[in-house]
Amino acid sequence: MLTWMQDLPNFTAYGTPTYFIYLLVALLPLGIGLYFGKRFSWYEALVSFVFIFLMFDGQSYQQAFSLVAYIIYQTVIVISYFHYRQKQNASAIFYLAVFLSLLPIIIVKFSPAMVGHNSLLGFLGISYLTFRAAGTIIETRDGVVKDLNWWKFVRFMAFMPTITSGPIDRYRRFAKDYQQVPSREKYLDLVAKAVPYLFIGFVYEFVIDYFFGQLWYPFMVKQALLSAPHLSWWVVGVAYTYAGHLYFNFAGYSFFAVAISYLMGVQTPINFNKPFLAKNIKEFWNRWHMTLSFWFRDYIFMRFVFMATKKKWFKNRNVLSSVAYMLNMMVMGFWHGVTWYYILYGFMHGLALVVNDWWLRYKRKHFKIKSTKWTKFVAGFITFNFVVLSFLVFCGFLDKLWFVVPGHH
Amino acid sequence: MQAQIQELLAQATGRDAADFADVTMDLYADGMLDSMATVQFLLSLQDEFDIQVPVSEFDRDAWNTVEKIEARVKELQND
Repeated sequence: MLTWMQDLPNFTAYGTPTYFIYLLVALLPLGIGLYFGKRFSWYEALVSFVFIFLMFDGQSYQQAFSLVAYIIYQTVIVISYFHYRQKQNASAIFYLAVFLSLLPIIIVKFSPAMVGHNSLLGFLGISYLTFRAAGTIIETRDGVVKDLNWWKFVRFMAFMPTITSGPIDRYRRFAKDYQQVPSREKYLDLVAKAVPYLFIGFVYEFVIDYFFGQLWYPFMVKQALLSAPHLSWWVVGVAYTYAGHLYFNFAGYSFFAVAISYLMGVQTPINFNKPFLAKNIKEFWNRWHMTLSFWFRDYIFMRFVFMATKKKWFKNRNVLSSVAYMLNMMVMGFWHGVTWYYILYGFMHGLALVVNDWWLRYKRKHFKIKSTKWTKFVAGFITFNFVVLSFLVFCGFLDKLWFVVPGHH
Repeated sequence: MQAQIQELLAQATGRDAADFADVTMDLYADGMLDSMATVQFLLSLQDEFDIQVPVSEFDRDAWNTVEKIEARVKELQND
């Protein structure tokens, strides 16, 4: 079926400096339009389609079909639920809509562990699209999504700059930006922000991450595997270089995605805010992969606490918050994938949030430690090192070290 | 109404109402309010003022000071 797509060139989003030349040239007419107060919607749709096509053609071309089918499927669910919700509001229908919306990702995430191979339903970025669709259903139930237009929803789902790896926007916010053209002053302000973001992205992605991701991390992994299955000091090196790689790669990518969105007149929310300066784990999650952690906070944590408090499931609110933290982070762990290391990663962060809250309460009650530069440094140091340890678990290296027989992959 | 809001904030966070005396202070900046306390506070607001505040409605930028909360509550009461 359509094997000619295999032979076409494939461009990973923001993969090479050349990609930016093509992208910026293609976006130039759009930018000129926005400067003169016009949004060329059809041109934008065309450019988006071409660049999304180039992300999914080539060897992985089957994914293109999964993507199209997925977007149609979600659009049907979301629009149907929206129409239903205008007239009625039964909980069962709401849960059914959420379940149907989550069904593809559940199949995709559980397939490798259950049947031993990847599901054909999967494609690069499926989780990010799931968050967008499920979030829209939840806000529709709350009655805050007041108009839902299928074309705008499709544009929201398939917004080119963020389609494969976020940041995760929200329908209401996106639709507001998308249906109005920013004033000239506002647009120039967005461009002025986009330019340094692109530069930071370049430095992170193509310079710093070259060292972490291409040189240091693979070197540490190789050295550490020599003494497999035993731990060695190289494992410490794996942990720190992986943390550097993950941050510079992902934050660099996110800067690109935000910058390109700005150039298209859409203020996609930022994803990273100096996460390694966080002084406790709660603050870390307010700075690291922010659109994901805010999604979990708003749609899982807060809703669970809301329901549990209303229905009085817990007598003690500290117990309630602990349960909510664990639930939140375990779901996040499973979302990454059904492997022991992702689940352990979620568990570690849930536990860290519980311990952190307990410590803050204990400290406030029992002694008055003055916050000084020194205490902040110690707190930041502990937080950073805990995070690095959790990334060591997350990156799956330990699975290779302990459980994969050399020569088998 | 401000005094009531400050009292509810105190209950939700386990602090003193006096900690919320500054009505333009950003409640999220120094971690005065976290997600947990926010939900407790929302629920108590609903009871106290007989309004409906769905969690989706709770945009942190629009609810981050005592002054703004007061304004939003008045709006919702008039809805």
